[in-house]
Amino acid sequence: MTKFTYTDQKDTRSGFGAGLLELGRTNPEVVALCADLVGSLKMQDFIDEFPERFFQVGIAEANMMGVAAGLTIGGKIPFTGTFANFSTGRVYDQIRQSIAYSGKNVKICASHAGLTLGEDGATHQILEDIGLMKMLPHMTVINPCDYNQTKAATIAIAEFEGPVYLRFGRPKVPVFTPADQKFEIGKALKMIEGNDVTIFATGHLVWEAIEAEAVLAKEGISVEVINIHTIKPLDVQAIIESAKKTGCVVTAEEHQMNGGLGDSVAQTLALNLPTPLEMVAVNDSFGESGTPEQLMKKYGIDAENIVKAVKRVMKRK
Amino acid sequence: MNKPSIETLEKTASQVRRDIVRMVHAVNSGHPGGSLGCTDFLTALYFNIMDIKKPFDPDGRDEDMFFLSNGHISPVWYSILARSGYFPVSELATFRKLDSRLQGHPATEEGLPGIRVASGSLGQGLSVACGAAQAKKLNKDDKRVYVLMGDGELDEGQVWEAAMYAAHHKIDNLIATVDYNGQQIDGPTSDVMDLKDLKAKWQAFGWDVIESDGNDMKSVINAMTLAKSLSGKGKPVVNLMKTEMGAGVDFMMGSHKWHGVAPNDEQLATALAQLEETLGDY
Repeated sequence: MTKFTYTDQKDTRSGFGAGLLELGRTNPEVVALCADLVGSLKMQDFIDEFPERFFQVGIAEANMMGVAAGLTIGGKIPFTGTFANFSTGRVYDQIRQSIAYSGKNVKICASHAGLTLGEDGATHQILEDIGLMKMLPHMTVINPCDYNQTKAATIAIAEFEGPVYLRFGRPKVPVFTPADQKFEIGKALKMIEGNDVTIFATGHLVWEAIEAEAVLAKEGISVEVINIHTIKPLDVQAIIESAKKTGCVVTAEEHQMNGGLGDSVAQTLALNLPTPLEMVAVNDSFGESGTPEQLMKKYGIDAENIVKAVKRVMKRK
Repeated sequence: MNKPSIETLEKTASQVRRDIVRMVHAVNSGHPGGSLGCTDFLTALYFNIMDIKKPFDPDGRDEDMFFLSNGHISPVWYSILARSGYFPVSELATFRKLDSRLQGHPATEEGLPGIRVASGSLGQGLSVACGAAQAKKLNKDDKRVYVLMGDGELDEGQVWEAAMYAAHHKIDNLIATVDYNGQQIDGPTSDVMDLKDLKAKWQAFGWDVIESDGNDMKSVINAMTLAKSLSGKGKPVVNLMKTEMGAGVDFMMGSHKWHGVAPNDEQLATALAQLEETLGDY
């Protein structure tokens, strides 16, 4: 048994939709834009209640980023909605110039990130988005782990002044964080306390890390699981403290090894506290069609692969 | 406040042209051609057409706003902003130099008053202007949003995404102007990427279209006054403004050659001899 239980499985994108609706009711400056994916992004409830604060952009993501930048001038807080692929790579220069360099308070909300988008295949399965976004000066990068945390993060970023990339996904996954847990940008969450090894996980991989811990605990390995929901700014203090205690670390994410959470943690440790590290991430490859479970297994980013990585890294201590 | 006369505006434009060639000459870089071509337009806009407030409010509430999409003509905009009192005229001497607020292309990072979004990578300004105009509508602010684009810039697909969007959403507090000089870096637009029937294109996208001469102050004022009268009627308005690159400096006119080249000492002297110093050089 894992130390966390769940009774419900929900998609993180629905957490975004619920958070956006709540923001509609509590913050009159919040507006939303979508590039012809209202259903996929779960934005319909917001639109029904606040039609005058919603802007349909059509299949024109570059324009959406520019319009969002413009809406901030005059005090609006725009939330853009489309798939992660079309929220980042397709519109990188628009984000770079009109949003990040211009310091615009735009919330780029990106669904269907990573392999777990599933059957649509590699054209839509972006695994480079965290890297693209974290490289941009001024950009905050958040990848929550479940429905509740995605809802809380959606609400929290409206209060924060500055551009944010909020990444979430398509499939239904366990809901295991408390519904009333406040989201603190940039503050890592210790999920499980342990002494032998630390797993730093983000997004959908937090649950996989929790499952891996249950397997490893049976073998007498004491695992610390830390949820790095904010990849930038990284909670450097929490990472160093845990690495100092356990002496070896594994990172886990639904992203390329290049440019992801693993990179950020490795950089932090190399600069501050060189520590043996293994990365659970996609290794320089595009995805393919398949079910989320099949893909996570094939590309080596499920609980089983985290267990293997833990065993590898502990031998390097 | 009384609007300045055509003669006064022309005198201001002459000084702005002096500023442009001096700024570009001083650092041996920058874009004089398009800057000179758009001098009359920007002079009219800031000193006659727009209702603007000082000190600068980044949110531009209850005032008209201008966005420069073709950011490489920053020299003319910087001169206009300084000459209309947003920052000291002496700061024009820092153009493109280290630690300056006057970056090669307009930016907000250094906090230069008058600028609300970075531009330079082309094709993005119309989208931003659409958003700013919609924010005004949401804020029940009845002022207008103006944006200037280059004609070469219209090669960028995002411009047409925004053109479709503005008409669809009836953004009728938006007045766009195209610097229709027929030139881009690699040559005439007709050779590089033919714009064909530009008027028909904008009309087909659902805009009200005005055509004007951008290097005759009276024509500029008349066109923009007409544009204002057309706004607020459910459609965005675009002014296809014919200009001459390098207008006001004879040897820079009629060619794309002076798009991004600075004059040397001798050429500067020749240019300044053609431009009356009316408000005092910086």
